[in-house]
Amino acid sequence: MLALGVLIFAAALLVALTLWRRRSPGSLRLIEAYERLNRSMGLAVENGTRLHISLGRGNLFTTRGGSALAGLAMLRRLSERTSVSDRPPIVTSGDASLAILSQDTLQSGYRAAGTEDQYRFSTGRLAGLTPFSYAAGTVSTIHDENVSANIFMGDFGTESALLVEASDRENANLIAASDNLSAQAVFYASAQEPLIGEELFAAGAYVGAGTSHEASLNVQDILRWLIILAIIIGAGLKILGAPI
Amino acid sequence: MRIFTAAFAIAAGFIVLLGYFFPDQLESLRLLLIDWAIIIAGMAVLVGIFNLVAVQMEKIRMRQKGGTYGVILVVALILTFGLGLILGPDHPYMRLAMDAIIMPVEASLMAILAVTLIYASIRLLRRRVDVMSVLFLVVAVIFLVFTVPTPFGPILGDAGNQAIINFLGMFSNGGARGLLIGIALGTLLTGLRVLFGIDRPYGGN
Repeated sequence: MLALGVLIFAAALLVALTLWRRRSPGSLRLIEAYERLNRSMGLAVENGTRLHISLGRGNLFTTRGGSALAGLAMLRRLSERTSVSDRPPIVTSGDASLAILSQDTLQSGYRAAGTEDQYRFSTGRLAGLTPFSYAAGTVSTIHDENVSANIFMGDFGTESALLVEASDRENANLIAASDNLSAQAVFYASAQEPLIGEELFAAGAYVGAGTSHEASLNVQDILRWLIILAIIIGAGLKILGAPI
Repeated sequence: MRIFTAAFAIAAGFIVLLGYFFPDQLESLRLLLIDWAIIIAGMAVLVGIFNLVAVQMEKIRMRQKGGTYGVILVVALILTFGLGLILGPDHPYMRLAMDAIIMPVEASLMAILAVTLIYASIRLLRRRVDVMSVLFLVVAVIFLVFTVPTPFGPILGDAGNQAIINFLGMFSNGGARGLLIGIALGTLLTGLRVLFGIDRPYGGN
């Protein structure tokens, strides 16, 4: 019942803070990687180059699906903002369901921008179904499609090192975040401005996906402080010999 | 239609979620919905493979860069899929395709990955010289030194090596748990947004 309580509490906070944020918008702290992402979007439209967004291999039936959904929320906004470009963004993924959802999301973005007739289903691609086939399929996209910025958001493994290396060879901008600790270590060692931990889930708020995304960040902060308090109180009680 | 898909997705999401908390009332409905989802996901793999072939065919037709690899991929896919249907996955030829082609290719990629990772760590200090980067590299090197087998046995003896790994592990485990708690909270909120229909990755907005 504790889990249900946390869920209801988080849901109530999300609704309340979304309504509050609509009336009084707040400001977000500077995250250099997302600044770079916003600059890259503008540059891609001006230069006639592409954005390449890779959503990883997060299966929606597992807990890894959360990062994939966060990547899709960001993709929706990116596709809306860059759909007028000569070279529309390309999305690769390593899971079939995710690839279909990425096509739907791209189409939604084009529709919102009033350019649905320019949408092509081949811009949302399944790159491969195993870690290395996914990496091999994605690396060829990075090399062959005149990409100026690579955005890796989702569930990756150590194979992400191959993607980062390919991006580096093309001198493309790189914005990378993952929910997987191995991939985070790879990105930390390879990306110019690495995104660590839950910063992955802030992508929507930083690309202007709406007040609900900003409210989500507030709820995460509140819950994080509550967890910190619980850990400190629990440790204190344990030290005092309380039976917990 | 879009409203219908959104309403159906949200209702299904709520039933599956509540099914975990109220198994007596909703367990059977939850399992039924998950079964449907698994069948749809199975079909999605076929759709995804069709997408893969369509993208490669377009590359070949438009004579784009990498089109030759597209030909190889499509031919190999059709051959493997066709033979797999006729002979079955347990046939020696099908096993050979796995043992003689897929496994060596994946092993080669794994070897390239190892080199790439070492190269990335060497370049880290060229890219970013700050305290955290230095700490990251130093800890990685210490872990390697005390976990990799050497011709002389454990450098500080079994107990000494284990003590150092335990000491460093105390910080890295704490850090990893902190990161995972953050990710869990992010996942929770992302899920709630989808459940409330605020984010609709299924094309409903």
